[in-house]
Amino acid sequence: MAADPIHQFRIVEFFPVAHIGNTEIAFTNSALFMLTAVVIITAFLIIGTAKKSLVPSRLQSAAELSYEFVATTVRSTAGSEGMKFFPFVFTLFMFVLTLNFIGLVPYTFTVTSHIIVTAALAIMVFLTVLLYGLYRHGFHFFNLFVPKGVPIAILPLIVFIEVLSFVSRPISHSVRLFANMLAGHITLQVFAGFIILMGSAMGAIGWIGGILPFGMIVILMALETLVAFLQAYVFAILTCIYLNDAIHPGH
Amino acid sequence: MAEPKHTTSTEHIPAGEHKTGFPPFDSHSYASQLVWLAIAFVLLFVLMSKWALPRVGSVIENRQKRIDGDIAEAGTLKEQSDAAVAAYEKALADARANAQAIANETRDKQAAEAETRRKALEDELNVKLTDAEKTIATTKQAAMTNVRGIAEDAARAIVERLIGKAPSDQAVTAAVADALKR
Repeated sequence: MAADPIHQFRIVEFFPVAHIGNTEIAFTNSALFMLTAVVIITAFLIIGTAKKSLVPSRLQSAAELSYEFVATTVRSTAGSEGMKFFPFVFTLFMFVLTLNFIGLVPYTFTVTSHIIVTAALAIMVFLTVLLYGLYRHGFHFFNLFVPKGVPIAILPLIVFIEVLSFVSRPISHSVRLFANMLAGHITLQVFAGFIILMGSAMGAIGWIGGILPFGMIVILMALETLVAFLQAYVFAILTCIYLNDAIHPGH
Repeated sequence: MAEPKHTTSTEHIPAGEHKTGFPPFDSHSYASQLVWLAIAFVLLFVLMSKWALPRVGSVIENRQKRIDGDIAEAGTLKEQSDAAVAAYEKALADARANAQAIANETRDKQAAEAETRRKALEDELNVKLTDAEKTIATTKQAAMTNVRGIAEDAARAIVERLIGKAPSDQAVTAAVADALKR
């Protein structure tokens, strides 16, 4: 097949940067798009608020919308005390969202389609929750695993389940984003491959028949745009829910 | 994209690790990705929390302040207009009450006046009535006296014609008085 659906996820090393022990640190396409996302997000917010006008322009409206959207999400999920994590959640949301959207542009690379990236973000959230919970509530943080009003007889089982669900959070948190982005992009690529396949196999009729998978791509692209936003939102709101546990460990 | 798939590994990728074929599970790239992820995320976090978010936040806050100020001002103005309306309504009610009072007073006064006049008229009429009654009584008295005289004359004339002889005055008077008594 002319287009290998996995090809798009390949990490391309541009040049090596440093060596840590035997491990080489290189500047890759992934790094390029991460930094691109940083530049885009910063430019979006800074240029958007350049005029600081009372009646916002479109860009300023969008910048304010993103701010208020995340602020509302944090406040409604983690309470007003959770607002101290607002910059963290905002950074996370915008970073994931922008990386997801960049990935939708043909010939780009989807950073969030790599499990190592989503896992690192999820573990960062997990550790933030764990460390802040312990710092804030000390040993009482572990009350999180002991729901009130549970009979003593089944308490060990409940605690075991609670601990297990807490520990497995970073896995589901990271795999959800990774798998969604990966699957979506593979599907797009496969349907695009059908067009090439039909065109090369059946000539002119094939190219006309290629309209069908092409229409499919258009529909999928809309779906993927939704998924790109939704997964960033899900990632952010789950972060808020986990942070809420750290702030209010009582069930 | 143009390169064939299996010769894509750059000189840095050891052949052994490339065997997985699935880039997300190729652990060779993990270190690079993690380092750049840390750099990008920390950079973005610092840019957001120190620069962009306070900036956007201040714009929103200024607008909110302005809106709150405007709403407060509108509230003050509304209070003022409410007070003006209340004052106007009070003045109107006062004026109405005043007019009512004046009307009542006038009516009462006129009623009292009419009553006085009516009483005076009534008294006057009563006096006149009494006078008239007196006159009637006097007249009646006089008439009655005259009747007696006429009756006596008539009786004398009738008796004279009947018996050809005038009766005595005493007998006629007694007979008339006797007849009038019945």
